[in-house]
Amino acid sequence: MSKMTQETSGGNAACYILELQKVCKSFGLVQANKNIDLQIQPGTIHGIIGENGAGKSTLMNILYGLHRADSGRMFIDGAPTRIKSSADALLLGIGMVHQHFMLIPRFTVLENVMLGSEGGALLKLGRAATIAKLKELGQTFDMEVDPDLLVSDLNVGMRQRVEILKALKGGAKILILDEPTGVLTPQEATQLFDILNKLRAKGVTILLITHKLAEIMAITDNVSIMRGGEMVGHRKTSETNPQELAELMVGRKVLLNVEKPEAKPMDVALTVNNLGCFSSRGHKILDNLSFEVRAGEILGIAGVSGNGQTPLMEILSGMRKPDEGSFEILGKKITPENEVTPNIMRENFIGHIPEDRHKHGLILSFEAYENMVLGFHNSNLTGTKKTLDRNYMLEHCNARMEEYDIRPRNSKLLASSFSGGNQQKIVVARELYKNPKLLIVGEPTRGVDVGAIEFIHKQLIALRDRGCAIILVSVELDEIMGLSDRILVMNKGQEVETIPGEDANAQKLGLMMAGISQGAKN
Amino acid sequence: MSVRKPLPRWADLILLPFINLCAAFFVCGIVVWIIGENPWNALIVMIKGAFIYPGSLGYTLYYTTNFIFTGLAVATAFHANLFNIGGEGQAYVGSLGILLATALFAPYLPGIFVILLCIVCSALMGAAWALIPGYLQAKRGSHVVITTIMFNFLASALMVWLLAGPLIQIGQQSPQSDLIPKNAHLPSAETFFGWFGIDVASSPLNLSFLVALIALFVFWVLIWKTRLGYEIRAVGKNQDAANYAGINVSRTIIITMTISGAFAGLLAINEVMGVQHRAILNFTAGYGFTGIAVALMGRNHPIGIFFASLLFGALFQGGAELDFEFKSITRDMVLLIQGMIILFSGALAYMFNPALSRILTRVLKGGEHDD
Repeated sequence: MSKMTQETSGGNAACYILELQKVCKSFGLVQANKNIDLQIQPGTIHGIIGENGAGKSTLMNILYGLHRADSGRMFIDGAPTRIKSSADALLLGIGMVHQHFMLIPRFTVLENVMLGSEGGALLKLGRAATIAKLKELGQTFDMEVDPDLLVSDLNVGMRQRVEILKALKGGAKILILDEPTGVLTPQEATQLFDILNKLRAKGVTILLITHKLAEIMAITDNVSIMRGGEMVGHRKTSETNPQELAELMVGRKVLLNVEKPEAKPMDVALTVNNLGCFSSRGHKILDNLSFEVRAGEILGIAGVSGNGQTPLMEILSGMRKPDEGSFEILGKKITPENEVTPNIMRENFIGHIPEDRHKHGLILSFEAYENMVLGFHNSNLTGTKKTLDRNYMLEHCNARMEEYDIRPRNSKLLASSFSGGNQQKIVVARELYKNPKLLIVGEPTRGVDVGAIEFIHKQLIALRDRGCAIILVSVELDEIMGLSDRILVMNKGQEVETIPGEDANAQKLGLMMAGISQGAKN
Repeated sequence: MSVRKPLPRWADLILLPFINLCAAFFVCGIVVWIIGENPWNALIVMIKGAFIYPGSLGYTLYYTTNFIFTGLAVATAFHANLFNIGGEGQAYVGSLGILLATALFAPYLPGIFVILLCIVCSALMGAAWALIPGYLQAKRGSHVVITTIMFNFLASALMVWLLAGPLIQIGQQSPQSDLIPKNAHLPSAETFFGWFGIDVASSPLNLSFLVALIALFVFWVLIWKTRLGYEIRAVGKNQDAANYAGINVSRTIIITMTISGAFAGLLAINEVMGVQHRAILNFTAGYGFTGIAVALMGRNHPIGIFFASLLFGALFQGGAELDFEFKSITRDMVLLIQGMIILFSGALAYMFNPALSRILTRVLKGGEHDD
């Protein structure tokens, strides 16, 4: 039976390790995947690129058996296959490394890798087998990990390695990696790519899902581009370029690097003096930090996430009290003794685009027009009546949606119904409306599609040129380097070094982010 | 975890609750059938007992009044993501406000002022009783579920002591207070319609029903039309974002609990000023807890709460009729029906969602083809 199909599907089929034909999947009225065709050659790294909501994850979940396709056919090694569950996928040699690791932090590496193949009621046999397997894999692919370490003690790069080992242990010939570099430093990403290259050399086929063009260009052999649930193109990586890929992803011309005129710094808007604060457990998470930002310049703050950027932004926006030191915003001095609230900061023309729009920036179950006044609900943005003026708020929201091209143009839609880029635009529109004099921006383009990134970057530059001081915190080095006039690198709550924007490159910043100062060049 | 397109608003707000309700009644019908009675007859008896027999509508609406107040109390707290299960105690203590107000003002003021003052005082006492759990939640992190339920017991103990001690009617053996003065009585529906020459059957229904309707409106304005309501909902939906927006979260929690308690406290005006004309032991009779189901079923919206209250009022009244008509069915059947309704419209609220969504998708898609 399978042989017949193999023959009828054409001689070509056999040379693809994985082939999809006309795969469709819809959720209710939404069609997440439309007639997807995909052909993957064995032993290659195949990139799948697309904006958020383009249907990449749905497609991968179909491959991994987490969703079932409504229609379409799938072939593995030319044989027609149906994958009904992740167990089926594993049996067929498909492994997946999720964007958010599926590891148990309080278990050792060994215990985590063993999960799902414990080998009976007593762990002894399974443990011995897993140790042997780990050793073998570690030697073959040059990625050894001490099996007795607790996962919670490993850094992010090592945890990812454990995830990959977990997938390989099951005998995966096809490895799906979902946005694998999102949490890595540039150095860790390079190490990951080394591993992927070795895997490819040993004949493992890799499916790399990402929205980062640079990664596609750096490591893949072939790339498929998705937009709006459809495959819009397949390219050989060597025959394409980032510009073409970006255009395919967005469906129009985009500027990858926003033009940035020379900064004209003016008066000091913010001075930070020996600022420090402690976590709830008493760890010092911000340590003796001092810097200043001038009106009309962008200070980029680079660092691996979790190195003090979050508390810094929280303190500057009034959400958290500093424990030590002081800062002076637009001539207003704030010490640990002062009463600070986000309200006071807003009244002083300080805008804040929080790094996590789902946690802080938006109330997802509020409608767009209600989110457009979040933090300003006691100002005239909600009308001048005693009660909330709904019509006024709707008009205000409609105007902002027009100005910032927020889609769909429906002020009454829940914030959760917008795509990541449009959600972020709502936050940006709200925070820029009152023309802040100091803007604190965290991860302005995290989970935002290429088109919206370009737009948001342009807005930030325009705001700077209107004389606003901007602090930009981002883990995306491209973003930091593309926008910042000066770059401050943080590590463990301390400043490593501050360098001019034009002197920065990924290599240098990467080393500084690891805490190694390039002092000589200062 | 799959992403499903949400149901259209009308289906979510009307169709789905209706289907859930039907499912609950269907299961109860099976139970009635197993007992050996005809479910259809039982349903007819209940409907007649709740709406048709003389005076029955009055009883139904009297229960409805209580459920509106406690339902609003729970719903207010729900909007701030707080679970106030202390409506029982807050209503109980609310009666003290009435007794206090009548003692202070009844001898000197005309009826209308006394009544207004009594209403305000019952709300204030309820509010005060909820203020403490609210404060403890906001400032000390003591979970409001635990504290409000403990405050129910405290209220109960306090009232037993007061009604059997300092407040007991002189020369009485049963624990109940003195009758409140006549000018603090809320006119019953019979009296009220009598003024216009309309004859209605005697029932405990009284003017507090109007107060309940006003409370529904006040609630709607508060939650959706005021800046305070915006803050309450913001705190309820996303505390981190509320904090980011400069909303004082702990202050909002305290205020919300206070308002919630005030709604519950108002229940006392129905019982004390409208029906019993005195505070008696356990007059709250579980209405505070049923309020949770009412708020749940009414989706924390005034219109929903009104209909849910009406439904539960009809169940209470019609259920009594069941007991009367059928030898094998006792009043406990009402508890079963209530339980089923809570199960289907609360715990299993979205059980029919996928199926309904699929059917609607097909129907709507079909519609598109016709165009």
